[in-house]
Amino acid sequence: MNSFPFSDWIVAAIFVSFIAITVTGALIAALTKRIIRSVCGLAICSLGLAGLFYFLNSPFLALMEILIYIGAVCVTVIFGVMLTEPDEPKPEQHTRPYPVISPLIAIAIAGGVFLGIAWLSLSANWQAPASIVSEGSVKDIGIRLLTTYSVPFELISLVLLVAILGALVIARSGRTKE
Amino acid sequence: MIESIFKFFTTEPYWTLTRSILYLVGICIFVAANAAYLVWVERKGAGRFQRRPGPTESGPWGLLQPPADGIKLLAKQLMAPPGSDKILFWAAPLMVIAPPLVCLAAIPFGNNVLARDLNIGLLMVFSFGSINVMALMLGGWASRNKYAIISAARVVSQNVAYEIPMLLVVITIIMVTGTMNLQEIIVQQAGGFWNWNILRGIWDFSGGGWGHIGGNLLAPVTFLIFYICMLAETNRAPFDMAEAESELVAGAFTEYGGMGFGVFFMAEYANIVVGCALATILFLGGWQSGLGSGFGTLLTSWGVIGTVIGVGFFFAKMYFLIFSVVWIRWTFPRTQFYGLLNLSWKILIPISLFTLLLTSVLLKLPRLF
Repeated sequence: MNSFPFSDWIVAAIFVSFIAITVTGALIAALTKRIIRSVCGLAICSLGLAGLFYFLNSPFLALMEILIYIGAVCVTVIFGVMLTEPDEPKPEQHTRPYPVISPLIAIAIAGGVFLGIAWLSLSANWQAPASIVSEGSVKDIGIRLLTTYSVPFELISLVLLVAILGALVIARSGRTKE
Repeated sequence: MIESIFKFFTTEPYWTLTRSILYLVGICIFVAANAAYLVWVERKGAGRFQRRPGPTESGPWGLLQPPADGIKLLAKQLMAPPGSDKILFWAAPLMVIAPPLVCLAAIPFGNNVLARDLNIGLLMVFSFGSINVMALMLGGWASRNKYAIISAARVVSQNVAYEIPMLLVVITIIMVTGTMNLQEIIVQQAGGFWNWNILRGIWDFSGGGWGHIGGNLLAPVTFLIFYICMLAETNRAPFDMAEAESELVAGAFTEYGGMGFGVFFMAEYANIVVGCALATILFLGGWQSGLGSGFGTLLTSWGVIGTVIGVGFFFAKMYFLIFSVVWIRWTFPRTQFYGLLNLSWKILIPISLFTLLLTSVLLKLPRLF
């Protein structure tokens, strides 16, 4: 592997391009005015994240990122958008100017969070694991889910059950005979 | 000179790169040629099923029809309808063709004909397969066309409904095989055709002697469910609600012309190939000959020739399934949309949940005694 010429540069280029994809997707999601484009931005962002996971030797997480975030979350969001508003209205013309203070507060909070996380990640005493923690990872995740984390796992399934029951109740309420 | 260049690219470390590029080019060529000639098979088959000759004019048996169609599509002007979302409109064909190309990288066509041996190849095929829905929906939405939007809404509810039984059925296979590596799943099905997952589920001979009861007594039903879900996921008749020609013009790709339309077609056939290849791998033994552990195994493990024979077996099984897809399209009428959703939610999901339960019981039962 390392005998390949410029392998360090290639690795760096791949890493940077995944980060670029992630950031571009996030920017599209945040900046565009059409909601369907921001969903696409979310999809691009998830793709970049999946690439980063794959780059960090956890293909299972990468594929789960694609399966859940692109295959399920984005599709559901677009489906919701399509059912509500097939013909998107023009963005409203603001007659009075935006208040100056609110974007400043938003930028301040976002910057504060970013600086805090950056400071934390730089100052914390991270310890690199002595060896690769898990090889297959799928098996380990399965075992962990059913032993160490079995209570949260079951609680999540309970939440999903409640959500399904709620959806059934809402969906059937119109059909009952008066 | 040429020999030294050849040697340069076929020895490590460059061989890994050369191999990847060869697979990339090979998969692209395969997808294009496959789509072109499956259209020919489809038209010829449709003709034969309706007692007419099908395409005959260009070339012998109309075999030059696909290149002619390709040139026609390439020469057409690309136009986006006014009022459409241009970026998404042109992004949709790219998003629809990319996932099957990625999926094909994980599919082992033969003994060692495999672009990337992933431990979780099965998961990869499904996760990239799930992008397809979003692409079709975006194409439909960006077109700003009533037919396209109706079709897009149908695509989503159909694919979401059929993804569930498909994944449940695949989980039973994972439970029996204990791996998500596609190559390993094929290797486990070595020997006679009775060792293929479709029959091994009923009675397992692999332990030698009289064998014992298999992991899934309903394995043939499982295969049937997988096949039906595959038809629905690729939007093929009798579940072609998404592009119902007689009611929705061309469904989600009504507004596409030229190669934009061609790419959607290519993606549809590439998806059929991925689906049928997966069915072959999971249930029909992949590249195993199925002729018994003596002669059959010898046949496919005989160096390069064995690999070629194995690939031949794989393609024979896969194209038989693809032919049956065409066969079904021209034999059965389109279902109603409510019938389609009822079939999934009221019949296929309960049955596949039952097979899941049965498999887990049968796998755990021998350990209790």
